[in-house]
Amino acid sequence: MIDVEHLTKWYGPVLAVDNISFHVERGSVVGFLGPNGAGKSTTLKIMTCYLPASSGRVTINGLDVLGDSLALRKQIGYMPESVPVYPEMRVCEYLMFRAALRDIPRRARRGAVARAAERCWLSGPEDMTRRRLGELSRGYRQRVGLAEVLLHNPPVLVLDEPTIGLDPAQIRSMRELIGELAGEHTVILSSHVLAEVEQTCSEIIIIAGGRLVAAGTSGELRQRVAGPSHVVAQVQGPAPGEIVRAIGCLKGVSTVQHSQRDDWTRLEIHSQANRDIRGAIFDLVRRKNWQLRELRRATPSLEDFFVQITYEQSMKQTG
Amino acid sequence: MAGYFFSPLAYVVGALFLCACALKFAPPPALWTGSRDFFILVPGRSASLRPLFEMMARAMIVVGPLLTMRLLSDEFRSGTIETLLTAPITDTQVVLGKFLGVLGFYLALLGGTGVFLALMCVFAQIDPGVMAMGYLGMVLLGAAFLAVGLFASTLSRYQLLAAMVAIVLLSLVGLGAGLLARHTPEPLNHIIANFDAMRFLSRFARGQFDTRGLVYFLSIAGWFLFLSVKTLESRRWR
Repeated sequence: MIDVEHLTKWYGPVLAVDNISFHVERGSVVGFLGPNGAGKSTTLKIMTCYLPASSGRVTINGLDVLGDSLALRKQIGYMPESVPVYPEMRVCEYLMFRAALRDIPRRARRGAVARAAERCWLSGPEDMTRRRLGELSRGYRQRVGLAEVLLHNPPVLVLDEPTIGLDPAQIRSMRELIGELAGEHTVILSSHVLAEVEQTCSEIIIIAGGRLVAAGTSGELRQRVAGPSHVVAQVQGPAPGEIVRAIGCLKGVSTVQHSQRDDWTRLEIHSQANRDIRGAIFDLVRRKNWQLRELRRATPSLEDFFVQITYEQSMKQTG
Repeated sequence: MAGYFFSPLAYVVGALFLCACALKFAPPPALWTGSRDFFILVPGRSASLRPLFEMMARAMIVVGPLLTMRLLSDEFRSGTIETLLTAPITDTQVVLGKFLGVLGFYLALLGGTGVFLALMCVFAQIDPGVMAMGYLGMVLLGAAFLAVGLFASTLSRYQLLAAMVAIVLLSLVGLGAGLLARHTPEPLNHIIANFDAMRFLSRFARGQFDTRGLVYFLSIAGWFLFLSVKTLESRRWR
């Protein structure tokens, strides 16, 4: 669906995007993650034909961003980060204007605007369509921006920071809406909010310093930071020292740390990479007739991975 | 164009333009003393629309840029240019849309001067040919001046800067060329006079259909619209 090949963008002497390549499947929701100035927005602007790349190639649905720019723009709905609008216009006037720009036939415009407004909670519970855009809060402007990109029902939606300025309830609604859009549309969204990307997106692309530093599902990315396997257990039995010794003798265990909580011994067990030792621990506890109230594999969060990978990238750049 | 009808600035500029025309056309009696030649409808004198058209043309050196200054510079400042240029329309369509919008507002403004014609019809006899040619000249001059203003608006995200650039450019063709032509020796003065917009407008205001004026104004409009498109395109590559 979307192919980005060796994309590079220079702003004068500043390299904003450095040789990025990735592929997005039809119907997937892809999250663009990265610190400020990483090159996310620039990449999105190139994909939406707003900026030309210095080198490299972007094709969406087989259409090239440079060669088939007009045809490609018809297939994209793009919501920029700041959701710029004309403050003197009313919501419905603005959406009608954008519908005209999108070549929606005159007769179908009112229907398209009403559908998009309803889908983005602009016509209910409170009707905001007669309000002037300059009077709207950031959250409502965000909804207008989203309604605008849905007007012509494009196969590809590019949303730059879609939940900025929304309250928690609106963020949840926005996530649900994006979830609904998946499948029918291919969605690319950029965000700083890691939890949002993790919950909303089927795939994540992390950009730092203009480079693509990681791509995959959130599970795959977490695996990469996992390193040695880390298991947490709470056991009740003999003296803690004896428990630690017994578990330390299990195959693959490298270190065991313990702490006491009431009568329970809390253990943090590190083993060799990607080796799941929970089964062995359970067998040991059963054999020794100890009691077990917690046994889980501690998985690193996407935030851990994000911090680690962006830190590594910044260290590489500073030499 | 609808944006103009919501904009207080457009109303203020339009009102100032029409007030200036009204003062020129029919001054209050307090102003009848002194130089009566400056005014059009003064008791005991023959009236002509020509000075009104010339005054309107001079006013357009400032009014034009004030109308056009926010056309694209405001889009750059607010970021709406991003949504505009990612819509399936060409840069030429964007420029032409903006141009036709401001031209529409300008025509509405010119329509407002119709009240002066009505008064002329009441107090004097008017020659429909002269009137039609005068308005044709004003439409052509307006199109040329607004295209220059639109071009200036593509240069910067600051409206004031865009207005100043346009006023300087229009002053060169509206005032500077005429002044320079009067103070330069032959044959240079003939060449410079060919850049004087007021000279061409005066011919229309006298009731002449001047093809040189037509070509002059349309060339300026076409050339500056072309430059506007190219400047807009070049922003993508910067």
